[in-house]
Amino acid sequence: MAHGAGGKASRKLVEGLFIPLLAPQPSQLLGDAAQVQINGAPLAITTDSFVVKPLRFPGGSIGELAVNGTMNDLAVSGARGEALTVTFVLEEGLPTELLEAEVRAMAAAADRAGVAVVAGDTKVVEHGKADKMYITTTGIGEPLPGVKIDARSVRPGDKVILSGPIGDHGITILLARGDLDFEADLRSDTRCVLALVEAMAKEAAPGIRWMRDPTRGGVATSLNELARDCGLSIHVLEQELPVRDEVRGACELLGLDPLHIANEGQFLAVVAPEYADAALNALTLAEGGEDARIIGDVREQPAGAVLVITGYGASRIVDMLVGDPLPRIC
Amino acid sequence: MRFVDEFRDPEIITKAAAEVHRLVDPGRHYRFMEVCGGHTHAIYRFGLKDLLPENIELIHGPGCPVCVLPMGRIDDGLSLCQDSNVIFTAFGDMMRVPGTHGSPLEHKARGADVRIVYSPSDALNLARANPDRHVMFFAIGFETTAPSTALTLLRARVEGIKNFSVFCNHVTIIPAIRAILDSPDMRLDAFIGPGHVSTVIGCRPYEWICRNENKPIVVSGFEPLDMLQSIVMILRQLNAGEAKVENQYKRVVPWEGNRAALRAMAEVFQLRPYFEWRGLGFISQSALRIRDEFAEWDAEQRFQVPGVRVTDPRAAQCGEVLKGVLKPHQCKLFGRECTPEHPIGALMVSTEGSCAAYHSYEHRKQLLTNIQTAA
Repeated sequence: MAHGAGGKASRKLVEGLFIPLLAPQPSQLLGDAAQVQINGAPLAITTDSFVVKPLRFPGGSIGELAVNGTMNDLAVSGARGEALTVTFVLEEGLPTELLEAEVRAMAAAADRAGVAVVAGDTKVVEHGKADKMYITTTGIGEPLPGVKIDARSVRPGDKVILSGPIGDHGITILLARGDLDFEADLRSDTRCVLALVEAMAKEAAPGIRWMRDPTRGGVATSLNELARDCGLSIHVLEQELPVRDEVRGACELLGLDPLHIANEGQFLAVVAPEYADAALNALTLAEGGEDARIIGDVREQPAGAVLVITGYGASRIVDMLVGDPLPRIC
Repeated sequence: MRFVDEFRDPEIITKAAAEVHRLVDPGRHYRFMEVCGGHTHAIYRFGLKDLLPENIELIHGPGCPVCVLPMGRIDDGLSLCQDSNVIFTAFGDMMRVPGTHGSPLEHKARGADVRIVYSPSDALNLARANPDRHVMFFAIGFETTAPSTALTLLRARVEGIKNFSVFCNHVTIIPAIRAILDSPDMRLDAFIGPGHVSTVIGCRPYEWICRNENKPIVVSGFEPLDMLQSIVMILRQLNAGEAKVENQYKRVVPWEGNRAALRAMAEVFQLRPYFEWRGLGFISQSALRIRDEFAEWDAEQRFQVPGVRVTDPRAAQCGEVLKGVLKPHQCKLFGRECTPEHPIGALMVSTEGSCAAYHSYEHRKQLLTNIQTAA
């Protein structure tokens, strides 16, 4: 199934099956987290499952991803994660050291992110029925004051901000699988982006219209979802895209587009033009936000599409990813 | 990044584009065929059409290996992976190409052991690591990838690795160009010659095109500046009334080609009397088979291969698109029955296929422009 790779197929599955049966009258657009009210108190809630091979890779591991990923989904929905639950699905025969290492990684990541792990569950399945370990985390959080995320509030002229270099995670995983005969000095970017989002919100909260963490399917997929939801066009300046040489090089060799490669520690924000400088300044001054950039803006046309503008004035449409990115060789 | 940035420098590219505009005769319509799928991809990816005058039409050629592979060959190859002892390996390019009963990825989803490799030697490594299994490499590609298959087979023989075979679909570029030129509905002014293929075969094999057909051919690199410079070189030839082979991609392509690679190919492969190309039909001496000395490693000789022939869906016009007679969006199925998510023809699968490239990068832009104009 291509449905797990982010991108178009995932969206079709959600819109064609899950929503009609589980939430026939959705009250909000599809976002990274849902907003609910309990006795009048607004809360954000989200859940995510983590399946990664190999379990450990340069810069992180599945346990760390499981904490950061859910915290980030809350953060880009404008919420500070307050509590997480965790479910492990373990393959029988998994060495206990491996499990312990991941639990330790989760504890450290939760500590860094300032979130408590409050409940958990474990299931063991027969040997061969799972790939070592799957982790699901669910997080609830409290809305950040003054931040309202809604793709429908995006307007032509808004600026698109990206928090840092793209593609590090996806390419690191590709290389860590060891199928490719080359190496690069590259680490996954997995981290909790809450502190960065808070720093930006402190200076520019009223101007923040939309945020998303471009995980599977990459920046291209997130921006396509935005373009569709707001009915406008996103223009990205290719020269402004922060991409490390190692990622660019690997993408050039393998025929991949960095815009389609997964990230685990970056986010995109659309900010009203009058707040764009304040938002960018706040990000670049915060630890880990030094490489943030304005990568483009919102226009009216071509509506519903993402357009990449090259440094020499040509342009191309960038679509969502279809299935996993497959390397081109021949 | 060296070898990339200097060929994407906006200032130089703008100058090169201005030179193209200066050289064109506004009263003339130019039709240039880019032979290689890599060029098709580059044209869309770099938005080169935005830089060219409207009277230069670029026609996509037959140089996308997965696009020209008939469905029967895919079915034949995939028939072998029904055996649970077989590990089916292929490049990522192949993985979404549909056979009658689904693509290699769909076979994998149903339980077949299908794996992506980055080179044939990776497949041979798999064979070493899995001595109890049989590893079959589904080889595709023009002269670009054929040498690495040849070297892998030579290595397999030296090491006596018996649990490895190659299902050979390697094709050769020159007969395909000849078939295009023989097609009565084809009118071309010049060729942008394939860069990667030429690193192996060199530039000499194209000389007949200039001599017999009186058309310029410029072997080109894949960066935007390479392609613009190649178009400048073609226009200069046309303006001077010349038709010769020129090498724009000198930093990679030696005029005489790569002798060691050609030697390895000659040792392992021989020409098939004929081979079926999707959309182009049977072309004589257009593909490679594994020599009998290597029969042990030839999947077609070693296993019972059904040898099926599958006609493409009647409404699909892959052939016309492959020959450049139709633009991708002029096919009846384009964007409706046939999309990158549900490809019917291989041209919609590979990002080097003109339909997929057109669909990803251009189609919506065109549609949207039309909507804007209408509004």
